[in-house]
Amino acid sequence: MAEVALTGVGKVYPDGTRAVTDLNLAIADGEFLVLVGPSGCGKTTALRMVAGLEEISEGEVTIGNRVVNRIPSRDRDVAMVFQSYALYPHLSVRDNIGFGLSLRKLPKAEIRAKVDQAAEILGLTDHLNRKPRNLSGGQRQRVAMGRAIVREPQAFLMDEPLSNLDAKLRVQMRAEIARIQRDLGVTTIYVTHDQTEAMTLGDRVAVMKKGELQQVAPPQELYDRPANLFVAGFIGSPAMNLLQGTLTGDAANPRIEVGGQTLTLPGEVLADREGLRAYLGKSVVVGIRPEDMEDAELIDAADGARLTSTAELVEAMGSDVLVHFAVEAAQVVTEDTKELARDAGTDVLGSLDAPRTDMVARFSPRTRVKVGDPLDIHVDTGRLHFFDPESGASIW
Amino acid sequence: MTESTESDSAGSVDAAGTGVATGGAAAKVPAAADPEGRAARGVSGAPRRSVASRIVNRLGGGAVQIALILIAVVWLVPTIGLFIASLRGQADNTESGWWKVFTKPTELTLKNYTDVMSNDDMTTGFVNTVLITVPTTVLVVVIASLAAYAFAWIEFPGRDWLFLGVVGLLVVPIQVGLIPIAKLYGGIEIGGFKMFGSIAGVVLFHVAYGLPFAIFLLRNYFAGIPRALLEAARMDGGTEWTIFRRVIFPLGGPAIASLSIFQFLWVWNDMLIALIFANRDSQPLTVAIQQQVRQFGSNIDIIAPGAFLSLVVPLAVFFAFQRYFVQGVLAGSVK
Repeated sequence: MAEVALTGVGKVYPDGTRAVTDLNLAIADGEFLVLVGPSGCGKTTALRMVAGLEEISEGEVTIGNRVVNRIPSRDRDVAMVFQSYALYPHLSVRDNIGFGLSLRKLPKAEIRAKVDQAAEILGLTDHLNRKPRNLSGGQRQRVAMGRAIVREPQAFLMDEPLSNLDAKLRVQMRAEIARIQRDLGVTTIYVTHDQTEAMTLGDRVAVMKKGELQQVAPPQELYDRPANLFVAGFIGSPAMNLLQGTLTGDAANPRIEVGGQTLTLPGEVLADREGLRAYLGKSVVVGIRPEDMEDAELIDAADGARLTSTAELVEAMGSDVLVHFAVEAAQVVTEDTKELARDAGTDVLGSLDAPRTDMVARFSPRTRVKVGDPLDIHVDTGRLHFFDPESGASIW
Repeated sequence: MTESTESDSAGSVDAAGTGVATGGAAAKVPAAADPEGRAARGVSGAPRRSVASRIVNRLGGGAVQIALILIAVVWLVPTIGLFIASLRGQADNTESGWWKVFTKPTELTLKNYTDVMSNDDMTTGFVNTVLITVPTTVLVVVIASLAAYAFAWIEFPGRDWLFLGVVGLLVVPIQVGLIPIAKLYGGIEIGGFKMFGSIAGVVLFHVAYGLPFAIFLLRNYFAGIPRALLEAARMDGGTEWTIFRRVIFPLGGPAIASLSIFQFLWVWNDMLIALIFANRDSQPLTVAIQQQVRQFGSNIDIIAPGAFLSLVVPLAVFFAFQRYFVQGVLAGSVK
């Protein structure tokens, strides 16, 4: 077990394409770090550079204080779980798990004992003599995990290990991976594009965009204090609502105007976010999490913290109700939101005649809102997020 | 309307296809006049079929199978004739055709085989054939699989151009090489051992001409093995050599088996190269049989059993290797 550090790591392919830029990450011994980002953001490339499957163009990767740039994969003492599992189809489960040990020429009895132990942890004991083709997807995934844990490596590298499983199995395996990693205490780098996996698994989560690191933080901090528009929009489901607004009023009485409606900000917002003073009278991007909005009929809401609109779609989820509506505020169109839209598979509706932004609110299931009803929405104004409209950086 | 006639005709094809036992009768049931049948088909939901799939369907039918069996029998007649002739005495063979044996089974004798076994030319020829074929096949498979692994998975400068060169060598006919190689062999003499006329010379020639196709075949097969599998082996601590030996070679089974069979057959049946490069001591069975023809005219009693012996071994090799032709060797490795 060891710490893994990336210092100024970059990757440029021979054809000049740049996949990773100046990546700095320090993963502590035993830490579970999740690399997350939309497809093509360079997270897998970064992982493969740590694994030694991809040459490191710039910077330095160290594993346990040893610079590994020029050390081949087999001598780096890290284990990788592949997205496709990459099981040896001609070998039984036992031989698949023990393959790495037998290449290291361990005594047969020792391999046997270690494989048995790993199989025990993963619940594979009954399947040790079967071939991979006779296993279900979940079992294959376990074998791939077994192959990694049996070697007791310095670090685990996992490249979207759950993406080939169906939703139910994924939740189950996610819990299992978390348990195994905690029990073994092995430093782990886990790549995923699924933000739920990132939030639930990681001690810390690193968000990447187009080869650049956006923010590294524990999951809750990432959620509560996103560094910029991209992180704010990427983490959370449904995503944070982003609106173009203007900060008005004075330092004692700040207000925010969005699409002809005004929200009064509590005084502590400016106290918390010192940087916001400089934006008085200027336009800012306002971020509202869906759960920070509630049906005003259900709570004793003060004035000045309300938005009105019309419900366009109501999705009852059981535990809560998602209400879709629109406000007449200009859409936020920056590099970050375009990237987010590309990841979600939607296009930013650039130029509409009337300014209009679609929003989603998460209401309590006690709401009686129906499609087409007028909405009176209470906004928890103390929990709004503010971003610079030019740079997209969070204002603190 | 067109939809229903289409599905009807598809249905009748189906009946013809599966109704081997009932023969043509089932196929001739007028489907259009059979509303019940149509309804039943509607439930089973026979979809519209393309012409090709209907042809394939019909190929499974009884009539086609009978035709195929007939063709196979006709194809096998010369071999059967050869086999029977090899079991008849020389006098019988010159007097009447082999098919007369069906009226006089008492003519059958194993004497020809015992004669061939005691004929020195034939026995040394047989041994020589084995001595030429087995090392050639082994060398071609070993060298070609190593080269194919390098061409498929090891990056080195000029790799693709070199591979193109190998592919280009596929079109060079054997005949082009005969005279230059004969000259070259003539110059090689190491302490009493002469390359020209030796078994080693024949083997070397076969290996050289077998390699381009072998490399081409195996490289394309190896290249189809998922990259993740090799990367996993690399992470597990594999060197190029262990990856080749423990992952690529076992997974290449089907390609290596078919290559082995091809290579074995070509070399086993070769006469041209042996005729030129082998001398009397190193000549294989094919040349030995051919020489029998020249010496005694049509001495079928030697040629027939000799030819049959020459034919049995490749058959045995084929059946020994065919169990490696398994589909889905890679099943379960990557999702």
